[in-house]
Amino acid sequence: MRTVERPGAAAPTRPVAAVRRARTGPTFWMAVPALAFFALFALLPLGGVAVLSFMEWDGLGTPRWAGVGIWIDTLTDQATIDALWRTAVFVVVSYVFQAPVALLLGVFMAGRQRYRAVWSVLYFLPLLFSSAAIGITFRSLLDPNFGLSRALSPGTLSTNWLGNPDLALYAVIFVVGWCFIPFHALLYQAGVRQIPASLYEAAVLDGAGRVKQFRFVTLPQLRYTIVTSSTLMLVGSLTCFDLVFVLTGGGPGEATRILPLHMYLTGFRSYAMGPASVIAVLLVVVGLALSLLLNRLSGSGRMQSQQAGA
Amino acid sequence: MSGRAIKETPNVLGALGGLFWLVVTVVPIYYLLLTSLRSQQDYYVENPLLPPSSPTLDAYRLVLENDFLRYLSNSVIVTVVTVAVVLAVSLMASYYLVRSGTPLARGSLRVVLLGLAIPVQATIIPVYYLIIRLGLYDSLLALMLPAIAFAIPISVLIIVNFVRDIPAELFESMRADGAGDWRILWSLVTPLSRPALITVGVYEALQVWNGFLFPLILTQSSSVRVLPLSLWTYQGQFAVNVPAVLAAVTLSALPVLAAFIVGRRYLVSGLTAGFGK
Repeated sequence: MRTVERPGAAAPTRPVAAVRRARTGPTFWMAVPALAFFALFALLPLGGVAVLSFMEWDGLGTPRWAGVGIWIDTLTDQATIDALWRTAVFVVVSYVFQAPVALLLGVFMAGRQRYRAVWSVLYFLPLLFSSAAIGITFRSLLDPNFGLSRALSPGTLSTNWLGNPDLALYAVIFVVGWCFIPFHALLYQAGVRQIPASLYEAAVLDGAGRVKQFRFVTLPQLRYTIVTSSTLMLVGSLTCFDLVFVLTGGGPGEATRILPLHMYLTGFRSYAMGPASVIAVLLVVVGLALSLLLNRLSGSGRMQSQQAGA
Repeated sequence: MSGRAIKETPNVLGALGGLFWLVVTVVPIYYLLLTSLRSQQDYYVENPLLPPSSPTLDAYRLVLENDFLRYLSNSVIVTVVTVAVVLAVSLMASYYLVRSGTPLARGSLRVVLLGLAIPVQATIIPVYYLIIRLGLYDSLLALMLPAIAFAIPISVLIIVNFVRDIPAELFESMRADGAGDWRILWSLVTPLSRPALITVGVYEALQVWNGFLFPLILTQSSSVRVLPLSLWTYQGQFAVNVPAVLAAVTLSALPVLAAFIVGRRYLVSGLTAGFGK
């Protein structure tokens, strides 16, 4: 294929090709609609949230400048500190739950056995439902009187999972995991299937059993998938809103009021859009920091290296 | 732990783990279907995991009588228009971004791809402000515009990777034959990026169809309510009639389930789009 050195490989062979192509290339107008949508409804709001975080706005009237006071008030507010701490617990516990299950499930799904293919179809099902649908289903399933607790013999599971402030956050973490693990398992499945069979054959010749194959072939070969999946998992938990909103609305009390909920309730229930914007900026900053950190840890250019490994 | 497994033994532990997760996955869905077929009275007395003693479609009838079809058609309109616009503008942009080779194109691509890192949740307040200012609050258009914008980074990423693989000679020979930008876009770029367009289309359709945040923030009247939001309001409306609420949940997922049965391959590749591989 001679296509390789053409447009795709932008960086290395740019100068000569660029000059020649400039004349025959398409007009900028082709990109204008997409860029306009993106600039107006994605970039502008991103800048807007920073501006609004310094303003007072009740959601109806005109925003008024209020200065850094809002930042100081919001960051020293006990509710924000609690929400930050809760979010940290939520993100970490979610990760500890989701990552191993998704990895193992993905490896399992990558197997060529017939029954695994059939099961994989069913593993996929949670991905088809909206967060609202899943939230409502689990609310009713976890109902202390008419849900699972009644189906199983009395005593087992018959707790008010979503109504008990000590348990609600963990119940929510379980449901969020139920919802997102299939997606990450799919990523791992695709990753495992790209591992050359020869590596396993060599491992078997060296006398490696199943556990050792997993440890010394599968895991190292999946490192880029692990980074991608981990990034998506951590940022996904950090910004998880819909499901928690439908499941508990942040309650009982404030037991599941993680940052995105805290932002929504502050802005759209208490009509304090300024403080809500401060929380939104926190979300953006922490989210970006997490992505960058993970990318740094994994070394740069993961897309290319992954393709090269295939 | 170490060296327990010998190469030919079946992986019993793996199968048991897989079976366990299978049960965890299926039970809630099984419960959902079963309960939606129960009468309201039976719901209070029967074991929720056993089939209903007298299955009934009453719950479904109640949902259909309560504007379900309107919410369905709102969802269809929003999804179809959003996906169509996303595909069109992303394809046009990808053609330019790949083939132009100017610094402007490279810069634009970098900015658009940065958009992958913008969490939608964090921008809802300015989006809300913007939609109010544009006089679009509580309209279907209000749901489409931001959805289109936030779909562009991932769509462009996927499509650009495809357009890059089209041999440069094809563009040059079409150009030499006197074809304009639109001709090239229509008869060269579009057919050759079809798999990417399908992937993007499936992925975005699912995103928009199941989207909850924008409808929650940007609409309020029932005339523009879409399905995911309607589930939430049904929950308030039907309150104690749990079978009806769950019938609405089931109905809302049916179109996606049907699509899944017809085009599972596309759905799977669409979902892992841009992240996997």
